[in-house]
Amino acid sequence: MDYVLHIAVLIGIYTTLSVSLDLLVGHTGLLSLAHAAFYGLGAYTSALFAVQLGAPFPVGVLAGMVMAALVSLIVSLPSLRLHEDYFVIATFGFQMIIFSIFNNWIELSRGPLGIPGIPQPVILGWAVQSHFEFVFLSTLLASFAFLVVGLITTSPFGRVLRAIREDEVFAQAMGKNTVRFKITAFAVSAMLAASAGSLYAHYVTYIDPTSFTVMESILVISMVIIGGAGSLWGPMVGAIVLVMLPEALRFLGLPSSIAANLRQIVYGVLLVVMMMIRPGGLMGRYGFGR
Amino acid sequence: MLRCEGLTKSFDGVQALVNVHLHFPESGIAAIIGPNGAGKTTLLHVLTGFLRSDAGRCFLGEREITRLASHRIARLGVARTFQDLRLILQVPVLENVLLARPEQQGERLLPALLRFGLRAEEEENREEALRLLRFVGLEAKAYELAGTLSYGQQKLLTLACCLATGAKILLLDEPVAGVHPEMVMHILGLLRQLWQAGKLVVFIEHDLAVVREVAERVIVMDEGKIIAEGPPHEILEQPEIIEAYLA
Repeated sequence: MDYVLHIAVLIGIYTTLSVSLDLLVGHTGLLSLAHAAFYGLGAYTSALFAVQLGAPFPVGVLAGMVMAALVSLIVSLPSLRLHEDYFVIATFGFQMIIFSIFNNWIELSRGPLGIPGIPQPVILGWAVQSHFEFVFLSTLLASFAFLVVGLITTSPFGRVLRAIREDEVFAQAMGKNTVRFKITAFAVSAMLAASAGSLYAHYVTYIDPTSFTVMESILVISMVIIGGAGSLWGPMVGAIVLVMLPEALRFLGLPSSIAANLRQIVYGVLLVVMMMIRPGGLMGRYGFGR
Repeated sequence: MLRCEGLTKSFDGVQALVNVHLHFPESGIAAIIGPNGAGKTTLLHVLTGFLRSDAGRCFLGEREITRLASHRIARLGVARTFQDLRLILQVPVLENVLLARPEQQGERLLPALLRFGLRAEEEENREEALRLLRFVGLEAKAYELAGTLSYGQQKLLTLACCLATGAKILLLDEPVAGVHPEMVMHILGLLRQLWQAGKLVVFIEHDLAVVREVAERVIVMDEGKIIAEGPPHEILEQPEIIEAYLA
């Protein structure tokens, strides 16, 4: 039973990640390879707040989100003026830098040793301990991400994001400061990713840099694309599929060296097949590769 | 109202604009003509901030707009269309016009999230958008995808979008090119109405008959320079203009 609940917690965390990334990828047309960096920033910030300063969980989560928003400006201010392809490369570079910091700033992050002993969350006297409570918390977080992205994309703000995705020059000619919209969307997306990171850190109680590599970013992108970019429900479906898939493969009883590789192969095949038979994703309205 | 002084722009040594001086009144209707590569579209790009000139300055009234970002020039009341129609084809016609409405509270993050007073604002913008669609004759298509419109209808939609920004000045890049004759007459009628309503309409056009029909002033460009300027009945009779134009 705990195993099933564990999967449910992961689905909540990855739904938060994929829905927030879709705000960029699907709704604004910005492909970011740095989502795992913001996920990691949230995880490390709130873990360090808890372990080093003894700060309560909600404070750590907020600190992680503020940190992610501030750091997102460092990436977006220079790189959102770039053309799409260069933006992807800039986010890739940023992802590598953040990973290196996690891995090499030994005094702060303990590098590859990671941070153990992260306390489980206590929210206003509610100690989140059982798997069941974690499922509740991660579902709550995913719902929050859902709500935020849903409200944004159905507002005039979201209308401008769609316009940027389809034709940024048109949006500019209509008097929209497209850079401001992109910076804001990028910051919101980073903050939501950070909140998922905080929950992850306080759930598994141990983090190390390998959870926040570019492969993790690509996994979340795969969730968005397989589920359907720009469709709100799609990223959640993608998260469910890609969290359950390796678990399903586990039951094949293959040795772990083969299973790990097989997982990558299945992701790859799945992406290629999806691109061919359903480029808009399972739930998607718009094709990703316009 | 809108004027520029000494605009110069070159691309890899090719002179697209050479010392262009222009002055447009508050209200009027002017056509820019000239052979391909004369610099007409470049001039529009520079005036609207989509391209930086190498030298020269632009003013809107007393205000210098030379180095302003394109969206800021648009917010100051200069709307433009593009030769390759730019629209959001994947969304309804109405949404294109709604997008163009200025000063929307709902375009700020917090109001968008908190939904405070958004409905009233959206309702107001919707009414104005529908009014503009009625004006250009697209009201019946308001809820259809912009991509399903005919080419001429898409040109009407870009015009409605420009008007929705509240612009006083409309810079239109070939508003009637490639459109069937009936639609040409309809669009020209609209441009005339806008002029009579006190707007400044400047359009690029190749068809001299169209220019004679509506323009009160013609600007002839060739090789990045303004080679003649004046009322159509004077300018379009000059043999050297006709020659330059047809060459």
